[in-house]
Amino acid sequence: MNAPDRSPVFRTEGLTKVYDTGEVKVFALAGVDLELFAGEFAVLLGPSGSGKSTLLNVLGGLDSATEGHVWFRDLELTALADRGLTRFRRDHVGFVFQFYNLVPSLTARENVQLVTDVSINPMTPEEALDRVGLAHRMDHFPAEMSGGEQQRVAIARAVAKRPEVLLCDEPTGALDSKTGVQVLEVLRHVNDEMGTSTVVITHNAEIRRMAHRVIWFQDGKIVNVDVNTERVAPSEIAW
Amino acid sequence: MDALDRKLLRDFARLWAQFLAIALVLAAGVAIMLMSLGMSRSLEDTRDTYYERNRFADVFADVRSAPRSMLDAIGAIEGVTIAEARVTTRATLSIADKTGTTVAHFASLPESGELMLNVPILRSGRWPDPLSTSEVLLNEPFAEANGLRPGDGFTANINGAERELTVAGLALSPEFIYTIGPGNLVPDNEDFGIVWMPERALSGLLGRTGAFDNLAIMLRPGFRAEPVIEELDRLLEPYGSWGAHDRDTQTSHSFVEGEITQLQVLAYVLPPIFLGITVFLVNMVMGRIVKLERTEIGLLKALGYSKLTIAMHYVLLAGLVAAVGVGLGWIAGSWLSYGLARLYAQFFDFPYLVYNVSWWPYVASGLIGFAAASAGAVNAAMKAASLSPATAMQPPAPPRYERNWFDRAMVALRLSQPSMMIVRSIVRWPLRAAFSVLGMALAVSILVASNFFPDALDEIIDTAFWQSNRQHAMLYFNNAVPETALEEARRLPGVVQAEGQQYFSAILRHEHREKQTPIEARRPDADLSRVVDTDGQIINAPPDGIMLSERLAEQLGLGVGDLVEIEFLGSQQGTYEIPVTRLVTQYFGLGAYMDQETLDRMFQQAPQVSVINLTLDASQRDAFEAALSDVPMLAGSMMMDENRRSFEDTISQNVLVTTTTYLLLGALITFGVAYNGARIQLSERARELASLRILGFTRGEVAYILIGEIMLLAVVAQPLGWVLGWFFAKSMVEGFSSDLYAIPLILNPDTFASASLAVLAAAFASVLLVARRLGRLNLVSVMKTRE
Repeated sequence: MNAPDRSPVFRTEGLTKVYDTGEVKVFALAGVDLELFAGEFAVLLGPSGSGKSTLLNVLGGLDSATEGHVWFRDLELTALADRGLTRFRRDHVGFVFQFYNLVPSLTARENVQLVTDVSINPMTPEEALDRVGLAHRMDHFPAEMSGGEQQRVAIARAVAKRPEVLLCDEPTGALDSKTGVQVLEVLRHVNDEMGTSTVVITHNAEIRRMAHRVIWFQDGKIVNVDVNTERVAPSEIAW
Repeated sequence: MDALDRKLLRDFARLWAQFLAIALVLAAGVAIMLMSLGMSRSLEDTRDTYYERNRFADVFADVRSAPRSMLDAIGAIEGVTIAEARVTTRATLSIADKTGTTVAHFASLPESGELMLNVPILRSGRWPDPLSTSEVLLNEPFAEANGLRPGDGFTANINGAERELTVAGLALSPEFIYTIGPGNLVPDNEDFGIVWMPERALSGLLGRTGAFDNLAIMLRPGFRAEPVIEELDRLLEPYGSWGAHDRDTQTSHSFVEGEITQLQVLAYVLPPIFLGITVFLVNMVMGRIVKLERTEIGLLKALGYSKLTIAMHYVLLAGLVAAVGVGLGWIAGSWLSYGLARLYAQFFDFPYLVYNVSWWPYVASGLIGFAAASAGAVNAAMKAASLSPATAMQPPAPPRYERNWFDRAMVALRLSQPSMMIVRSIVRWPLRAAFSVLGMALAVSILVASNFFPDALDEIIDTAFWQSNRQHAMLYFNNAVPETALEEARRLPGVVQAEGQQYFSAILRHEHREKQTPIEARRPDADLSRVVDTDGQIINAPPDGIMLSERLAEQLGLGVGDLVEIEFLGSQQGTYEIPVTRLVTQYFGLGAYMDQETLDRMFQQAPQVSVINLTLDASQRDAFEAALSDVPMLAGSMMMDENRRSFEDTISQNVLVTTTTYLLLGALITFGVAYNGARIQLSERARELASLRILGFTRGEVAYILIGEIMLLAVVAQPLGWVLGWFFAKSMVEGFSSDLYAIPLILNPDTFASASLAVLAAAFASVLLVARRLGRLNLVSVMKTRE
């Protein structure tokens, strides 16, 4: 089990995100200072609306901050325009969502190829699918696969470009416990083998046990950070 | 207001752009229908009223000169209620301060003072005194074009005698709604007019006192013209009959009739295309809306709304689209009708306004518009009504894609993933793709079918004015004159070259078919007026038979080698059987050609001419035109460059209006199809496209998928559009062909290219409008929600 080194991949300073509806201002993020480290497996926990997803979206270049700064290594994301953020996502980030968001008109292999076609140093789609245990389902369309399989294709698609960070928003939210565990194993495997910094948002407190660090959110702020001295294997998790 | 109605209005407001794109296509169909139905009816009604009030004759006959005593026998023919005899002629006029030749058709006014048939409407001034030798009535448009008012005077050269005439009044006649001078292709009110003159004075000048040369006949209502025509021909034959005919070959009537037919053809051809596309677009958009509102439909059902209420909700949404489309169509249609009425005012001389579209074309086009939109919504509405609430609340099953031979072929082609997405989507919804292709192909075809006109006209002008008719001027005579007239013509100032031609009036018969047409007697060495076929080959009349234009031969069912029976009318009479020795393809007229020497021998006549063709020294043109009024027996003259210019001016103005209108129609269809297609794709693929953006695809790369599919369909639509366009152009050419002219089907590559470019550009612009929305795609919210 590789422990993370201490160089930060992400660093935020006073990160604030306000949704202004005209009548009320909602502080989705209210000044977050955080560092996430290379090779780290971090789990974000907290109630709905506590700011986890907003943070993930800003880190991934999907959303912009109202105030504060975010750096990806030396690159200040908060200074980038759309074109720069697109470039950043293409080169450095892999995403996994609750609803797998595969392209239904492309097979598993082709869905992965979407990424490998535009990446600088990708693995082959076959290798990526093999890593998630789907080598035998490569030529199936999404409609022909189970939810767990579809999510594993989504992970293969996310990691195929060898991203430095993998951002997962409720990756097991739509899955039953058994399939969920399979997906977690794939995430763990990617984190271990490839050293990909992984951030996972979940409502499932059990999953925290497999993280290096657990970051607790409430009302747009970090209220607590736990460091697990002992990490459990996904197979030991059940819900 | 019910909550459901409020939803209806809000949905309509939210999707206004898509609905507007559909409404515009529908509006085009409604507008064309309103204009063509309304104006054809309006034109027909105006004409019929005019004919009835002013007693337009049913049968006409021309004869060299027959005694008035014949009228009793003619009046006694079964079916004839009124027979009116007239004296007519053609003469040249001299109008103060006007250069150039002016020709007028003279017709007599009876001594009783009032005509019984073809009664002119007095527009200003008064009727001439029946006993006056100098007072005349002029047709109003001619008088206006020449600045003549009641009380003004001018000179006429009638039968070789100069006569000072005074304008007593101005009039319009149902016989001359469309007034076209000899040899002209379009009306020219400045140089060709109608003069009504008291009979005593006119017949005195023509030496026809107690005789007539023209007959107008009114039949008992519902009585057929054919037996009367036969009997007339028999009675008048001894007096040099040129043959009786019914309204169909009366020049003015046949032009007005032709216009009505064209409008009716338009009403049957174009609107169905636009309505069909409306049905398709409404079907596609409503289908998508029902899919998106699945859970809402489920909820409504769970709340207890009935199937009918839900189905009607979607039909009403289409009804709102129809309301906008029909409203816009009515506005545009009224405007088009008004424009057409103004165009008619330019060509047709009616005493009252033609623009009078009644209420029923509005009702008919409106109902059909609503029917089209409802038909498009039915499928979606039924689907909405039949969804069970439990299923409706579940998300729909994802679309299934399958591997087939086509798929394997694509994989073998190593297409990029975005390209693969485009192609698979087309294959997955083949019907939708096919209709989109068809819609855009129809847009191309409309442009091809309208764009070919300018090329066809260029060809016509080239053949008519540069290849066939190389003379600068033509002189017409009332009757054939001895060939020595050529010598006299050569002595006119500025004449370089003079050649003669003679026309014989004749009826051609073959089996049960017959056609009255002039036969042109030609000299083999003729250099100025030539017979040129559509390949540009110059052809001489054969010495051993008759040469016919293909159109005439077809009408008579004749081929080369067949014998045609020819009955000569007028000055040279007799019936002969002559072999058809050659056919020639021509754009104008129903040409029939024989060798002059052969005819001279046949009739044992000395060479004669009825038309003289001239080339002129341009520097002496004014002197030439001034000298024309002194040429005896001259019925008229024509300067070819003026004829060509007036043809080109009239045509080019109309071509510009027509091609612009059709360009707009083509663009509307393309916009309707491409914009809605792209909007629906964006809606269906929002998640996919957002996923790609998240994966790091740029906006341009994502837009490629959206634009690519529609543009691929647009490209596929081109060849189909060309074929359809060729077919439409061919039908139009056939529909517009008349005895007077045929429009050649000239389809140059640039006609296809410009039609394609216009449609591709319109499609691209429409899709770009949608692609701009990609920028507004909220990546996060799309990914957070379940489809």
